[in-house]
Amino acid sequence: MLTDLPTVKQTAVYVYQTPVRIWHWVNALSITVLAITGYLIGSPLPTLPGEASDHYLMGNIRFFHFAAAYFFMVGFIFRIYWAIVGNSYSHQLFTLPFWRKRFWSELVHEVRWYAFLEKEPRKYIGHNPLAHLFMVVIITVGGLVMIVTGMALYSEQTGLGSWQDDLFGWVIPFVGQSQDVRMWHHWGMWVIVVFVMLHVYTAIREDIMSRQSLISTMISGWRMFKDDRP
Amino acid sequence: MAMTETFYEVMRRQGITRRSFLKFCSLTAAALGLEPALAGKIAHAMETKPRTPVLWLHGLECTCCSESFIRSAHPLVSDVVLSMISLDYDDVIMASAGHQAEAILTEIREKYKGNYILAVEGNPPLNQDGMSCIIGGRPFVEQLKEVASDCKAVISWGSCASWGCVQAAHPNPTQATPVHEVITDKPVIKVPGCPPIAEVMTGVITYMLTFDRIPELDRQGRPKMFYGQRIHDKCYRRPHFDAGQFVEDWDDEGARKGYCLYKMGCKGPTTYNACSTVRWNNGVSFPIQSGHGCIGCSEDGFWDKGSFYDHVTDTHVFGIEANADKVGIAAAGTVGAAVAAHAAASAVQRIKQRAGEHHEENDKS
Repeated sequence: MLTDLPTVKQTAVYVYQTPVRIWHWVNALSITVLAITGYLIGSPLPTLPGEASDHYLMGNIRFFHFAAAYFFMVGFIFRIYWAIVGNSYSHQLFTLPFWRKRFWSELVHEVRWYAFLEKEPRKYIGHNPLAHLFMVVIITVGGLVMIVTGMALYSEQTGLGSWQDDLFGWVIPFVGQSQDVRMWHHWGMWVIVVFVMLHVYTAIREDIMSRQSLISTMISGWRMFKDDRP
Repeated sequence: MAMTETFYEVMRRQGITRRSFLKFCSLTAAALGLEPALAGKIAHAMETKPRTPVLWLHGLECTCCSESFIRSAHPLVSDVVLSMISLDYDDVIMASAGHQAEAILTEIREKYKGNYILAVEGNPPLNQDGMSCIIGGRPFVEQLKEVASDCKAVISWGSCASWGCVQAAHPNPTQATPVHEVITDKPVIKVPGCPPIAEVMTGVITYMLTFDRIPELDRQGRPKMFYGQRIHDKCYRRPHFDAGQFVEDWDDEGARKGYCLYKMGCKGPTTYNACSTVRWNNGVSFPIQSGHGCIGCSEDGFWDKGSFYDHVTDTHVFGIEANADKVGIAAAGTVGAAVAAHAAASAVQRIKQRAGEHHEENDKS
């Protein structure tokens, strides 16, 4: 029995094009750096002894935060560009088909699958509806909120008249004052941290338990299916 | 009535020499960050321009702005600006009282229509028809609207007039309202702070009288020259911040060495004011220099941003004394536990399913 070759035919679809995959991993890295350095800006490490001129710890932490932020932001802009020129799956991050009944029924099905109420998940070439919803809300909308609030805070040090201030300075009076912007930027970090935990868990779980490949897809770009049933 | 005296005439009348007058002009030019050539322009303006009348009204306030203003340490400013600006009405420091005093308001309004400056300390309460602040037997909001209708520009002294301050703090029972929300048809210059720095107040007013225009303002209507940067940007303890040297406790070694007060909740990084450059009491000191963090008194709604000792606001919306870190860590922990439980449940389900499949296979064979 064990020596038998598999009899089921497995199909594969090329889903994530190279730029999307590179963007995904650059984004993952920059979010990791942003969350860690951001937390340390809010709650700095224990104080250092000696002369102030001996250290530049806070300065370095902030530098890495800002550098990673630029990576995140440039990546975000690139990702919008790629949504326009890329394949049909690359639009998903910026479009949520909430007007389609099918989207909602599939969403309910997916939630039931996670609640152990469905025996088998459905197959999806792109994101499943639940993942799709989370991606749009957290990565696109959440990412945008973090960029806008973050750049507003960054403009406070680049100063009045800088391009950061010209583009994002209005956010501070719009939200209230500087401290309010900080609070929301801080909250955004925790929302993204929780999302990353769920994202990593579900990616591993789906890779094992669903009917399609997940993790290898974000490395090779190919979506493999484990069976030929619809 | 004779033509109003010029600034220069007033100064000479008060026994100030021309030499001192020119020194004052240079100092003012320097204080306002202007190029040296403009000192002459200031002198010329002061020699030729009639004094602009200033009416100084008081609404719901604590008079700390006036207290600060009269302590302006710039030698000539403290001496002269009060006469310079022809402060025709200021119920706190004026000699006249009662109907006599109130008559001045009407007189100035008629005589200098569109040509006087209205300075407001405090703000009007709007609830109960403004009954929470009565001036001369009438609600303050009426007096404010009347005097503002013919003025050239409004200066909002302090955080009360600019943002609302303590009387507008939650739940704001009297509905104390900042001046710019009541007077919408005149330029309003906000000079926030609780109180604002004396030299900032006299600086703003000198600029307006000298150049006959309002200073360049930022998005929120504050003069850029004094509110363009944060306390943090010019703080003398900033190197300790960049190095990562913080006061961790009020009486620790770091506190004695004058390390950064960020961890003690200093609001310097979120507060726009000139304290770290101009300082207070003739440049003697300012809160951070005396070892206490900034409480952000010149920022909008600073009473409602949680503790004075937290630089990130506690988020009461989400429960008792919650803040982003506490809730965030709790949420991450809960999600982590949920993920683990879900993974375990998934594994159990999988095993069960497998077992079921085996049974089926066994049944078939």
